[in-house]
Amino acid sequence: MKAMKVFFLLAIGLMVFVAATVIKTGYDVGDKVSEFKLKNTDGKFVSLSDFKKEKGVIVIFDCNTCPFSKAYNDRIIALNKKYSSQGFPVVAINANDPEKSPGDSFNDMVDQAKKNKYDFPYLVDETQGVAHAFGATNTPHVFVLKKEGDNFVVAYIGAIDNNAHDASSADKKYVEEVVDAILQSKPLPTTKTKAIGCGIKWKNV
Amino acid sequence: MKRLFLILLFFSSAASAQKASIVKFNVLQKLIESKEKNIKVINFWATWCAPCVKELPLFEALNASRPDGVEVTLINLDFADKIDKVNSFLARKNMKATVLLLDEIDYNKWIDKVDKSWSGAMPATLIVNSSTGKRRFVERELAEGDLEKLISEVK
Repeated sequence: MKAMKVFFLLAIGLMVFVAATVIKTGYDVGDKVSEFKLKNTDGKFVSLSDFKKEKGVIVIFDCNTCPFSKAYNDRIIALNKKYSSQGFPVVAINANDPEKSPGDSFNDMVDQAKKNKYDFPYLVDETQGVAHAFGATNTPHVFVLKKEGDNFVVAYIGAIDNNAHDASSADKKYVEEVVDAILQSKPLPTTKTKAIGCGIKWKNV
Repeated sequence: MKRLFLILLFFSSAASAQKASIVKFNVLQKLIESKEKNIKVINFWATWCAPCVKELPLFEALNASRPDGVEVTLINLDFADKIDKVNSFLARKNMKATVLLLDEIDYNKWIDKVDKSWSGAMPATLIVNSSTGKRRFVERELAEGDLEKLISEVK
């Protein structure tokens, strides 16, 4: 009888645990990031652990088609140019369902990377599992990951800067300020911002 | 004759389509916080947002049915220099509801003032009962019947 009771309590405990896991959507600042492995536009696979020698990674959920992604494209390329040599490269991930968003197919991604001379990975999240794990909602949606010991930890979630329309008018460069602070071991000026943007085009489930 | 009438009808209705006015956040804030006794249905959309465009007819239909005490406002979030594109969209779809183009590019200054839960993705809809302060905020594409349900929830 007692065993029964223990079993019952364990079962409830497990249910609560599972429910809590389901409800929690995506990473928050300070969370450890799980390993992922996705196909790049050159056909090779790229994993988060490939960057373990770096100081961090600027993960950007992006796409070919969104006007905000287009407006930020040059700035994303510039971020990698500025920071990859300092141990903080960009990794772009496209999670849009190509059925819902024609123009975001793998072939279109290959064209986009070639045309804009991407010198950073542009990965396809075919199952949308990585976007769900991160809790990405729109494009471009940035997650600055900081290397801490053997892990990558989320340092910042949000927008690239405070002017989607005009780079020269942006007076708060959130991502640059955060990466600079990490590189200089200073406190982070911002850890979370929001941005209007195109929602990620989720598959019908 | 009938044809001429139809052509005239087409032009007169096209001419009366709504034109967007460019506003700053204070205008939206006044609308949200207004003490006028009615229910405000405020939809955030952009011409480039496919699910937004898809659900616009629901707001148009609600606006056209003129239910008592309900006011529909469409907040457009295209970039302000795209106003011509927005206006030709409104003319093409012959839209009649009020459209305000919100020219506030520093999103973090105002997104939380619309609703703290809003991630910034569109479409999004805010429904406020100005008499009671009851509100509903949804960040997803609405289906037929959703608006009526949300309105009854704030009554």
